[in-house]
Amino acid sequence: MSATTPATADLGKGSPGEIAGRFVRRNSWTLALWGLLGLMLVFTLTIQPGWGAPQLTILAIAALPYAFAAAAQTMAVLVGGIDLSVAAMMTLTSVCAAVLMQGQSEEFGIIAVGLILLMGLGLGAINGLSIVLTRVPDIVVTLAFFFIWEGAALLVLDAPGGSSAVWLRDLIIGPVGGFILPAELGAWIPKALLLLAVSLGVVWIPLRRSRLGLSIYAVGSDRLAAFRSGVPVDRTKVAAYALTGLFAAMGGLVLTMNTGIGTPIQGPYLLASVAAVVLGGVSLAGGKGGLVGPIVAVFILRLARQDLTLMSIDPNVAQVVEGLIMVAVVLVGAVVALRSRRS
Amino acid sequence: MSSATDVMDETAARRGIDPRTIFRDRPIIPLIALLLGLVAVVELLQPGIVSERWISNIIRFAIPLAILAAAQTLTMLTGGIDLSVGIVATMTAFVMATQTPHLGTGLAIVVALGVAALAGLGSGIGVGIFRVHPLIMTLAVGLVVEGLLLVYQRLMLGTRSEIPELITWLGADRSFGIIPNSLLVFVPLAVVIWFLLKRTGFGRLLYAIGDNEGATRLAGVRYWQVIISLYILSAVLAGIGGLLYVGLIKASSLSLAVPLVLPSVAAAVIGGTSIFGGRGGYGGTIVGALVLQVLATLLLVLQVPEGTRRIVFGLIILGVTAAYTRITEER
Repeated sequence: MSATTPATADLGKGSPGEIAGRFVRRNSWTLALWGLLGLMLVFTLTIQPGWGAPQLTILAIAALPYAFAAAAQTMAVLVGGIDLSVAAMMTLTSVCAAVLMQGQSEEFGIIAVGLILLMGLGLGAINGLSIVLTRVPDIVVTLAFFFIWEGAALLVLDAPGGSSAVWLRDLIIGPVGGFILPAELGAWIPKALLLLAVSLGVVWIPLRRSRLGLSIYAVGSDRLAAFRSGVPVDRTKVAAYALTGLFAAMGGLVLTMNTGIGTPIQGPYLLASVAAVVLGGVSLAGGKGGLVGPIVAVFILRLARQDLTLMSIDPNVAQVVEGLIMVAVVLVGAVVALRSRRS
Repeated sequence: MSSATDVMDETAARRGIDPRTIFRDRPIIPLIALLLGLVAVVELLQPGIVSERWISNIIRFAIPLAILAAAQTLTMLTGGIDLSVGIVATMTAFVMATQTPHLGTGLAIVVALGVAALAGLGSGIGVGIFRVHPLIMTLAVGLVVEGLLLVYQRLMLGTRSEIPELITWLGADRSFGIIPNSLLVFVPLAVVIWFLLKRTGFGRLLYAIGDNEGATRLAGVRYWQVIISLYILSAVLAGIGGLLYVGLIKASSLSLAVPLVLPSVAAAVIGGTSIFGGRGGYGGTIVGALVLQVLATLLLVLQVPEGTRRIVFGLIILGVTAAYTRITEER
């Protein structure tokens, strides 16, 4: 497999054809995912010819917390780790947001959002620092923090409660509508999708072009080589985990926005985030993949769930099917990875 | 990284002793010290609590955890992990309880463990043949089993479920007032696991795979056969743990053993089994399970809120593994 990190791929020169060819080769996994998503949309339309903008909006809102969880997990996996505390951090930030905003003015919501995002960075940085300082494997440290953040969430709120600013709730409900775009097009763009694109883009795009982004890929693909090339390995790792925390905090905010309250119980986001990362073409060994793949993967998995509901399949059977889809996905993914390693 | 090791070497030399040797070769000794220390703290906080009955109670509750942690230890030796143990244990208990009225106790147990083995076969095929990361594969298999269990429960709504006397006798009862009957299952099981790891080719292969998978393959080992047998064994162990646990709790539910998953990983990790494979053993894990159980009672005695209990639990896992890593680190 080519050792070029995707971050340097953009620097390549050549004729437009060559560049396009290289783009396809380097992004074959993501392109295949888009294809799969397209096929699933076609399938959805055949089983439910009426599927349209309202269903897309529902899908986007349902996918939102999963997407942030997947983005958070992606950062940890890219740097060569894994974060088992993603769902716990989401829960903790969600209950903190709900408690902060309870009985406060609408304007205070802005401060609350800022505080929660900072808190996410802090939680993630604590995860990262603990990994670097104790030199205990990532999986064990984040397992410990799984308990710690979950316990902290229970201390903040021992039963569902709190509230959310109304404008925050409005931020994800419904389509963008005729705000700037023509109304027909606007109806097809859910606010939730826009929010997701903006929040992830604001962090990911500058990161991808920065020294830190390159360092994350370097540390993830070969720690020792990165160290010997002068990359500050420990600092990079802490930064990557802080970003995991930041995305998890966004996910937590979305949970509060979606339900209007905070719930100190973890959702199924940990497993889902790992599944999306694997399906999204991010190597669990670290240093390979991007953010777009896992997000597309989240939409594939959520759409699959929506299709099962549309086919009026018993929710319990739907869970089996969803699980089998994930198994199939990881099996196929593993075979593909094995092939490319051998060739 | 190398500089840190130098510093550690220096400090060790200055003290004139090398505690690392003890920790590396006999991790069980400091662990037992930790266990006794925790028991002493419990006794100090609530004088008179530590009695024969208290100890037997700790053992009774630690045994299902230790059995689930056995599954974790074996898979971790190869560099894997089995996160499906909780749901597989729950499923085994539930299937056993619902099938007992139809098939009778013995057959119901066999059928339930057979289903558990099938789940293990699934994980084993994924890890051994398709080379999926064990963490992912066992999580995914767990999800499928959970869904199937829900479907099965809907099908069985009309039928009576029953926990046979044999199971409650084994799981919950004590002989002579203090000796938990679950030791009748656990002691032979622990001996078998110890023998398997130390005295059989299969056991040595687990260490070998965890240490250097590539070399093991080149040496002619059929990796997939070892891994599939391993995950089947792991699931059957989880099933046995689930049966004892349902006997102890005396109520079969759909989330019975699920809360035991992370403690089972923690028990193995605290017990000195490396999550990267190749190092560890079952003795440490048993002590690890006891440590966690005593810790749980300690927090109960202190009447700390549930949230704080989980935080302390997490900090202990982190603290013990950090101390362990720092002391035994060779790189």
